[in-house]
Amino acid sequence: MTAMMSIDPATLPAQVLPEVQLRVDGVSKRFGGVTAVESVSMDVVKGQILSVIGPNGAGKTSLLNMISGFYQPNTGKVMLGGKDITARRPSEIAEMGIARTFQNIALFSGLTVLDNLMLGRHVRMKSGVLSSILYWGPAMREEIRHREACEEIIDFLKLQDLRKVQTSALAYGLRKRVELGRALALEPSLLLLDEPMGGMNQDEKEDMARYILDVNQERGITIVLIEHDMGVVMDISDRVVVLDRGRKIAEGTPAEVQSSPAVISAYLGVKK
Amino acid sequence: MFHREAGNFKTTYASDMALFPLPITRWTAAALAVLFIVIVPLVLHEYYLSIFNLVFIAIVGALGLNILVGYTGQISIGHAAFMSVGAYTAANLATKLGLPFWVTLPAGGLMAAFIGTIVGIPSLRIKGTYLAIATLASQLIIEWVINHTPAISGGAAASIQVPRPTLFGIDLKSQSQLYFFLLFFAMLAIVATMNLARSRIGRAFVAIRDQDIAAEIIGINIFRYKLLAFAISSFYAGVCGVLYTYYFGIANYEAFQINVSIDYLAMIIVGGLGSVLGSVLGAIFVTMLPIAIRTVVETFGGYIWDTNALSAVAASMRLVIFGMLIILFLVLEPEGLARLWRNIRNYFRAWPFSY
Repeated sequence: MTAMMSIDPATLPAQVLPEVQLRVDGVSKRFGGVTAVESVSMDVVKGQILSVIGPNGAGKTSLLNMISGFYQPNTGKVMLGGKDITARRPSEIAEMGIARTFQNIALFSGLTVLDNLMLGRHVRMKSGVLSSILYWGPAMREEIRHREACEEIIDFLKLQDLRKVQTSALAYGLRKRVELGRALALEPSLLLLDEPMGGMNQDEKEDMARYILDVNQERGITIVLIEHDMGVVMDISDRVVVLDRGRKIAEGTPAEVQSSPAVISAYLGVKK
Repeated sequence: MFHREAGNFKTTYASDMALFPLPITRWTAAALAVLFIVIVPLVLHEYYLSIFNLVFIAIVGALGLNILVGYTGQISIGHAAFMSVGAYTAANLATKLGLPFWVTLPAGGLMAAFIGTIVGIPSLRIKGTYLAIATLASQLIIEWVINHTPAISGGAAASIQVPRPTLFGIDLKSQSQLYFFLLFFAMLAIVATMNLARSRIGRAFVAIRDQDIAAEIIGINIFRYKLLAFAISSFYAGVCGVLYTYYFGIANYEAFQINVSIDYLAMIIVGGLGSVLGSVLGAIFVTMLPIAIRTVVETFGGYIWDTNALSAVAASMRLVIFGMLIILFLVLEPEGLARLWRNIRNYFRAWPFSY
């Protein structure tokens, strides 16, 4: 088994040629003397769940930050559906259909669950200052239309009884779920999830895994997942990328990655 | 007002999103409207109407500042300067070109919005205390420029007399005529702010206040929206300055100095940050407080102080009590009068069965 596996389009028949939705091409990020990510490349295939794993400090979140536009890579490119998005602002990248959640939940704590979801629909709404101030008319019709879309997500994530509760009053696991809902409200084509199950108990993890699979299968949203729980990662991922100290040390199906000697040595060390 | 919500079921999203979702709140709003449009001007003496008029002007300015500070979370200690921009724009347009108020009013607002947007540019880079100092600098710069440019300030005294606003050929000069004039704009500002706060733009402002990183990730361009908040807020300030100018019949930079900026900050802190009701209550409170203190000191102060010194005592008492109240509010109820009102209402919502 080779440690490095990647899809070579030339070896596949044309009809199953996978469509690459996001291509990360040799990105590096340095902070002063520290290299957080070093020339990492990966292809995210449309409709798949790709997990990025690695020990703490491997550069997983930095990689996500470069995709969503928070960090500018020192070298390399990020391409979404053939378009170079490397130098775009995070808000522009969101508008292009990439949504994400954060490792340490970044909800609007002073607002209700519903308002958080409505904010998720910001880029799908059009009302400007004048129509907002006049409100009765186009702005109100737009609010109602998007409220319906939010209610659909509330039903999907079973948040019905919490829609008017401030998110600061919610339990940890629920906040994670609301954050997923806010990302879904954007109607993304690609969803970046940064440790959606971090700090959850087994039941909550199973719920979250079910939601992630539903999002992927029913809504056809491509997912890039960072997660430490190997059981979950191996169960739900189509492909796994392994980072260690900023470099990609393995890529492949869960089974391939699990048996890769480079991965085993990165996680468990080498027998002397 | 005091009401319970039992048996109230909503069947459409429109009714769930209404400003006054319950029949009783709609009735209360209607009753308040009748009170202020019909009863108050009929019953009250001109002197009391003049206090109302000052409150109405303050409401417009406080709402504007609250959009910036309370909703968007960007501090400004230079708001009085934006008011003076509006005031001098309108005064010059009214005297030099003879334009009526319905042209000079929006023009003053737009000019203030323009200057405010420029002042807001540093907010893209700096936050909190640093932004406060930057806006403080802009207050002093704008003040100095107006004061030292005769073309704007109208000469050495830096004050411009403006003609009274006219509506349907009537000069609005008595307090009761001005009452309706100012009430109209105060109501307009209140409704506009309520609508703004519950729609897409207002939510984006709050998002920037609560979590600017998350705001950016869901597609809100922070740069654009911070500048927009500065623009809208200074538009209100400009309109407030224009109303002030028409009310007093004179544009004078001394009416828009740093202490006025602080007064308006006090209004929204005492009233409640990020709340329309808070802006209104704060404007009422801060406008009425010195008047109340003066009345009390002049009535009862004779027993303690020399009668000749009473006006000086009233002036310094104002500062003492004012400062004390702001400290008390910051410590005891940082969410202001609006929160106090909500607490009282929530207590009675379940009263007498508190569980």
